[in-house]
Amino acid sequence: MGSMHWSRSRGRAMLPYGLGIAAVLAMPPLLNFIPGIAPGYILYLVSLALIYAIVAIGLGILVGHTGQISLGHAGLFAIGAYTSALLTFRLGLPFVVGLLFAGALTAAIGFLLGLPALRLSGPYLAVATLGFGLAIPQLIVWQGSWTGGSSGLHQLPPASLPLGAFTIVFRTDQDFYYLAAAVLIGLTVFARNVVTSHTGRAFVTIRDSEIAARAMGVDLVRYKTSAFALSALYAGIAGSLYAHLLHGISPEDFTVLLSVDFLTMIVLGGLGSVGGALAGALLLTLLQNALTRLPVVHDFKNLYVVVLGVILILTIAFLPRGLAGVVRSLRSRLPAAPERNGASRTDQIVELGEGSGAR
Amino acid sequence: MSGPLLEISGLTMSFGGLVAVDGLDLSVNTGEIVGLIGPNGAGKTTVFNCISRFYERDRGTIRFKGRDITRSRSHEIIGFGIARTFQNVELCRSMTTLENVLVGEHAVIRSGLIRDGLRLRGVRADEARATARADEVLDLLGLTVHRDRVVSTLPFGFQKLVELGRALVSHPALLLLDEPSAGADQRESQGLAALIRQIRDRFELSVLLVEHDMSLVMGLCDRLYVMDFGRRIAAGAPADVRRDPAVIEAYLGEPDLEAAGV
Repeated sequence: MGSMHWSRSRGRAMLPYGLGIAAVLAMPPLLNFIPGIAPGYILYLVSLALIYAIVAIGLGILVGHTGQISLGHAGLFAIGAYTSALLTFRLGLPFVVGLLFAGALTAAIGFLLGLPALRLSGPYLAVATLGFGLAIPQLIVWQGSWTGGSSGLHQLPPASLPLGAFTIVFRTDQDFYYLAAAVLIGLTVFARNVVTSHTGRAFVTIRDSEIAARAMGVDLVRYKTSAFALSALYAGIAGSLYAHLLHGISPEDFTVLLSVDFLTMIVLGGLGSVGGALAGALLLTLLQNALTRLPVVHDFKNLYVVVLGVILILTIAFLPRGLAGVVRSLRSRLPAAPERNGASRTDQIVELGEGSGAR
Repeated sequence: MSGPLLEISGLTMSFGGLVAVDGLDLSVNTGEIVGLIGPNGAGKTTVFNCISRFYERDRGTIRFKGRDITRSRSHEIIGFGIARTFQNVELCRSMTTLENVLVGEHAVIRSGLIRDGLRLRGVRADEARATARADEVLDLLGLTVHRDRVVSTLPFGFQKLVELGRALVSHPALLLLDEPSAGADQRESQGLAALIRQIRDRFELSVLLVEHDMSLVMGLCDRLYVMDFGRRIAAGAPADVRRDPAVIEAYLGEPDLEAAGV
């Protein structure tokens, strides 16, 4: 095998990422050429989708790779959002501090949420995490004197980034869009690195056979809680971005329905696929928005909930491997790409990951 | 090193009222291939599960390289140098053969979530080294042609071999094999005996195996332990054990044993 072969197949594997980044950079200027739309609003909407995609990627590692269910991710997302909002709004700390602290605190809480997973699995774990997801908004309302109660926190400062003597302030929708995209790209690379590594293999082994995992030296306590903490870190960072995109948050933004939303994103995208989680999040967020614009169903506010249910059922029935599975079977009909040993092997863990799904 | 590699004494394990293992003494010396046999339900796999720390024994000690392992946690055992396979195969169904074997290197690779996520220096090199070791073992086991196949598509006999490979890459000093010949026919199980001997010599390890195939056990093992209803009823060289009246009685009516000419 020559080095030509190596770089060619590597280039091929990286191609979708290169295209994705090019699309991210090119989108804002291109929007100006489309007549009849408001570029700012589209960018706001896409930013929201990118933020949800961060949550979905983190949830995917937990559910798709490690096989641990969570119906409490809206609660983690809320903790990230409120941490960041309170630190910047009440204490006047910089956004970056709010973002990092939101990630760290949420990861710590995710670690604790992982402790029941050492004893519980399947539906029991689902119920335990559901309880967590239900409790968080209630706790926020109850602690109204500093959380703003059910009316929430508003007029949050815009996101900003200190760079030496200067500070970049993300004032416009376009600014924020680039910020969200940059964070998402960084966290996507991190997630892919994790799932295609030693650690990722341990996660999948836990999902497929806990007995094998223990016999092969995988410390279930360490790896299950790590998967929860990592997943929560993503939700916390996304929550912080969410608070500063909307400049305001309230407990009703973080209902259990949002947790179901996150799960639907990764099931639709394909469990065990980082790219699938990304695609699922983008599709569902845009779909939800499009549905509210249908004039026919103007008076049916919860149409999205019904559609969500239908998507979930249809995906599980007809596309158990989600969109990622569809892409894979299309790709396998093309002439086979030359395989580089290392890359093809590690990719397969991710791609084959969704075979048995969450258990 | 003085003393046996593995030394089990007075091991007792019960489930509710049923005593599965009753005061078992057993040892494996360095370089030995030792068989643990007995009728169904004799408690053989329970012994394995006590050594692996999947089960909490009631009484008795298990010493490995002179160290008591009965207070260790199950995931630590492979790090001490004891690797095992399973009677009914515990593989990651969705992974390929190679990936499954790589799982066996978990205890060898020292890396963590953050180092892996950031692809810090050395992560790629570690992976490449692990893959090279795994490929060597696949070659030895004749699994190279199935390297990139999803393991659940392989016949049962091959899956048993993948488990063996997964155990081997951890470089164990003691290999616990739970019915290695399951899913193999007569001819294949003779090949298996040669393979196990070859592995013992090449990896300089010792083997403790639970097995039903008497012809395999008689030809392969240096020593045998025979269990019945949780008790050790005989121990010694295969030629002596097969003539032991207690063993013959325990196996009376067992067609397998008669067919094997015991």
